Amino acid sequence: MLLIIVPVIALTLIFARRYRADNKDAVYDPDWHHSTQLEVVIWTAPLLIIIALGAITWLATHTLDPYRPLTRIDGEQALPADAKHLDIQVVALDWKWLFFYPELGIASVNELAAPVDVPVSFKITSATVMNSFFIPALAGQVYAMAGMQTQLHAVINEEGVYNGFSANYSGSGFSRMNFAFHGMSQEGFDQWVAKVKREGKNLDRAAFMWLEKPSEQAPVQYFATVENGLYDAVLNMCVAPGKMCMSEMHHIDAMGGAGTESHENRERLQYDNHRAEHGDEASGATFPASGRPPRSGDVQPEGMKPDAVAPEANQPQSEPDAHQGHGVPGSPDTPAPAQLNDKPN
Amino acid sequence: MFSDPDVQQFIFGRLTWEAIPYHDPILLMTFVAVALGGIALLGAVTYFGKWGYLWNEWFTSVDHKKIGIMYGILAIVMLLRGFADAIMMLTQKAIAFGPNEGYLPPHHFDQVFTAHGVIMIFFFAMPLVTAVMNFVMPLQIGARDVAFPFLNNFSFWMTAGGAAITMLSLFVGEFARTGWLAYPPLSGAAYSPGVGVDYYIWGLQVAGVGTTLSGINLIATIVKMRAPGMTMMKLPVFTWTTLCTNILIVAAFPVLTATLTLLTLDRYVGTHFFTNDLGGNPMMYINLIWIWGHPEVYILILPAFGIFSEVVSTFCGKRLFGYASMVYATVVITILSYLVWLHHFFTMGSGASVNAFFGITTMIISIPTGAKIFNWLFTMYRGRIRYEVPMLWTIGFMVTFVIGGMTGVLLAVPPADFVLHNGLFLIAHFHNVIIGGVVFGLMAGINYWWPKAFGYKLDHFWGATSFWFWLTGFYFTFMPMYVLGLMGVTRRLNHFDDPSLQIWFMISTFGACLIALGIATFIIQMVVSFMRRHELRDVTGDPWQGRTLEWSTSSPPPDYNFAFTPVIHDLDAWWDMKRRGHSRPTEGYRPIHMPKNTSTGIFLSGLSTVLAFALIWYIWWLAAASFIGLLVVAIAHTFNYKRDFYIPAEEVMRSENRRNQALAAE
Repeated sequence: MLLIIVPVIALTLIFARRYRADNKDAVYDPDWHHSTQLEVVIWTAPLLIIIALGAITWLATHTLDPYRPLTRIDGEQALPADAKHLDIQVVALDWKWLFFYPELGIASVNELAAPVDVPVSFKITSATVMNSFFIPALAGQVYAMAGMQTQLHAVINEEGVYNGFSANYSGSGFSRMNFAFHGMSQEGFDQWVAKVKREGKNLDRAAFMWLEKPSEQAPVQYFATVENGLYDAVLNMCVAPGKMCMSEMHHIDAMGGAGTESHENRERLQYDNHRAEHGDEASGATFPASGRPPRSGDVQPEGMKPDAVAPEANQPQSEPDAHQGHGVPGSPDTPAPAQLNDKPN
Repeated sequence: MFSDPDVQQFIFGRLTWEAIPYHDPILLMTFVAVALGGIALLGAVTYFGKWGYLWNEWFTSVDHKKIGIMYGILAIVMLLRGFADAIMMLTQKAIAFGPNEGYLPPHHFDQVFTAHGVIMIFFFAMPLVTAVMNFVMPLQIGARDVAFPFLNNFSFWMTAGGAAITMLSLFVGEFARTGWLAYPPLSGAAYSPGVGVDYYIWGLQVAGVGTTLSGINLIATIVKMRAPGMTMMKLPVFTWTTLCTNILIVAAFPVLTATLTLLTLDRYVGTHFFTNDLGGNPMMYINLIWIWGHPEVYILILPAFGIFSEVVSTFCGKRLFGYASMVYATVVITILSYLVWLHHFFTMGSGASVNAFFGITTMIISIPTGAKIFNWLFTMYRGRIRYEVPMLWTIGFMVTFVIGGMTGVLLAVPPADFVLHNGLFLIAHFHNVIIGGVVFGLMAGINYWWPKAFGYKLDHFWGATSFWFWLTGFYFTFMPMYVLGLMGVTRRLNHFDDPSLQIWFMISTFGACLIALGIATFIIQMVVSFMRRHELRDVTGDPWQGRTLEWSTSSPPPDYNFAFTPVIHDLDAWWDMKRRGHSRPTEGYRPIHMPKNTSTGIFLSGLSTVLAFALIWYIWWLAAASFIGLLVVAIAHTFNYKRDFYIPAEEVMRSENRRNQALAAE
C-alpha cells in the first residue's frame, strides 16, 4: 500500500509547489482534463494491489481463523498429531473473568495460566452483556456473548506474565476488567494447578450466583472443585434456580414448539432482569438508573476504587449459603411443564 | 406540594429533583455558564428588539439559503459541546494512571464518550454537511429553492429538536452510558434502566425524521429542478455527491429508525428483540445498526469529496481532471457502502469465509476512492494554484486522508482486525478520515462559500492560522493513538496501570489543545471578518473566478436566486458563460413565484421535542397531549392554502438594477 501512498503524498507536495500561481515557469493548461492512458493507470494500479491484497486476505483469514485448530506450535514447528491440548472455558462476568479448566476440574477468577507450547482451546461466553476476550500477547480478540459460545485457538511460546482484558465496553467496571495471563513451564503450570487445588474453594451454583454479582477490581480467586455441568449451565443461562436451559428451549422449538402452553415457561426463561430484580444494577451518574429513590450517600459511587480501609466495599456483602443450592434446572426433579407439542399431525 | 406519591408520579413520571445534577460540580458549573450565556443571549435579542426579525426572517423562513445557514450555526454550537467532551476524555486519560483516579468517575466518563460520539456524528457533522448541501446545491443547479421548501424548514427544526433533547440530558437526568451505538444487551432495560438510553433513542429519532425528510427533499430537487440543459453528466461534482449522499440517507436512515424502534419496544413494552433471554438476539442489533452505520460514514464523506472537487478545479484555474470517472467513482462508492457493514465486527464469530468476503469488499472501496485522489492530483497538474484558505484545507486533506485510507485497508484485513479491533488504532483511523476528510472538507467549504452566503470573504490570516492549528493538532492528537493502538491499548478506558503509556496520552492531549486553538481561531476568523466586512466585501459575486452557477448570481444571492433561469450548455456552466462573453440581461423581468414562510415546522418540532421528553420521563399525560397536538398542527397545516406569493417584476428589476449599478461602480 505504501507503493501508492508514498507517491501520492510526494506528488501532492511536488505539484502543490511546482504549480503555485506565482511560478510563471510552470506549464499552465487550463483545458487539459482527460487522458485515457492516465485514467487506465489510476484505476488499474489500485485494482491490481487490491487483487493481490484480497488474495492474501482470503488465505490469511482462513489460516488465522480463531475457530480453526492450530497446526503449528510456533513459526517453525508443526504440531505433532498426538500433542495434548488444554481446554479452557471462559466466562465474562460483571466485571471480571471466570476461567474453567474442565479437564482439571478447577476454576479461577481473573487469573489464567497455561503451559508454554501447549495449544489452548478456549470456549468463550458471557453471563452478562457483551465483552471481548483479549490477550494481545497471545492472540486476537473474540466477543463473549451470553447464551452463545465463541472459540479461540492459541498457544503461548514464552514464559511470562501477560496482560488480558475485555476489549469491548461493558459498563462502569470495564476499565478495570483485566486479568493476568501466565505462560508457564509444564512444571510451573503443574505447581499452579496444585496451588489452586490446595487453596481453592468449591464453585457450585450458589457460589456462582454470588460470584456473578457486579463487582469491580475483583481479587484473584481459586476454585479447587467445580460443580458438574456448571459451565454448560452458565452458557445456557440456567444457573439460577428454576430457570430453563437454552438448550432445552431449543429442543422444544426443534420439536415444533410448545404452542400456547409455552406461556408456562416464560418465567423460567427470563434472564436479563434478574439483576434488576435483585437491585444490583449500576447506579446512575446523576440519577439512580432504576428510577428508584437514590441510594444512601454513604455508599461509594459505582466505579470508584474501593478505599484502603474497606477493601471489600465493592464486593457483594455476604458469603453464599452453601446449603442454598437448588436442584439442577431441567433435571428430573423439576420437570418443565407440558413441553412438546404432542398434537397429532 | 404533591405529597401523594401516586399523584406526583402521574404528573411528573419518574422525574424528581434527584434528576438535577446539583451534586456534581462539573455539571453545575456548566449549567451555570450555559444559563448565564443563554440569559445574556435572550436578553440581547430582547434589548435590540430582534425577536420579530428572527422569527419572520429566519425561524419561519423556507429559503434554502437561510435554512442552510441555520444548520451551520447549529452544527458549530454542537461542535463546541462535542469538543468539550473530547478534551474532558483526553485529560482524564492523560492523568488517570496508577493510584491517580483522574477526575471523571466511570459513570460520568462513560456518558462523556457516548455523548462525544453521538454529538459529533449526528449534531455536528450531519448538520454541517446538510448546511452546505442545502445552501449550495440549489444554486449550483440554477433552482430558486428546494423541491419542498416547507419540508426543508421542518427538517431543520427536527434536527435542532434532536440536538436540544441530547443537550437537555446534561442538566436533567443523564445521557446513555453505552457507547455511541448503544449496543444491547447493555443498552437494554435490564442493564441500563435509567433515562440515559431513552434520551439517546428519542434524540436520534427526532433528528432522524429531519434527516430522512431532508434527504427526500434534496433528491427531488436534483432530479426535478435542474436548469434546462443541465443533464446528469453536466451536474457539478458537488451536486453529484449530494445526490449520492441523499440516496444513501433515504436508504439507510429508515434502518436506523427501525432498529431504534425495536430497541425502544424492548425498553418500553418488554419485547425481546435484542435481549439475552427469551429468544432475543443482540447480534441482530449489531448487524442492523451497522447496515445504517457504514453508509453513514459515506453520507458524511461524499459531500466533502464534492467540496474538494469544486475547490481544486476553482483554485487551480482548471477543469476537473476526469469528471466522468469522478462521477462513476462516487456512484460505485454509494453502492459498495452497503456491502461492507460486517467489517465492524469481524470478532463476533462469523466464519473465515464471511469475514474474508467483507474484508475484500471493504478493500475494493479504496479503488474508487484512490481514483478520486488521483483525479484531484492531476487537476493540480499543469494548473495555476492560488493558495487561498480552501485550497490549504484541500492539500492538508489529500496528505492526511491517504494515511487514514491506508490504515483503513489495514483494518479491513480480518487477522489484523482481530488484534486492532476496539483499540485506539481504530479510533485514530476513523478520526483520521473524519477529521482529515469530513472536517477539513467542511472547513474548505465554509471558507469557499462564505462570500456567497454573506457577501464578504473570510479573513485569510486567521483562516490560515486555524488551518495550521487543526492540521498539526490532528497529527499530535492521533498519531500517538496509532502507536498506543499497536501496543494493544483499547478504547473507552478511563484508567490505566502501565505508566509507560502516559507520555503518549499527554502528547495526544497536547494535540487536542492545538485543535482547540484551531477552533478558537476559526471563531476569531468569523468575528474578525465580520468586523472587517467592508474591506473584504465582494461585489462581483464571483470572488474566486468560480466555475459553477452559484457564482453567477450576486453575493448574497437574492431570495429568488436567479432573476432568469440559466440555460446550460457545458459542464462548469458559469465558466462556459463567462468564456462566451455572458452579459447580464437588464430588462424583461417577470414576476417570480415563491413559497411563503410558515411557522408549522417550528411548532411540529417543538411538540415532538416535548413528546420525546414526556416519553423519556414516563409522563404519559404529556406524551398523549403533545402527540394529539402534533396531529392537530399537522392536519391544520393542510388547510393552509396561502402557501405562495409572487415577487412583482418591478421589485425584481429594482434589486437586479442595484446589482448592475454596483457592478458598474467596480
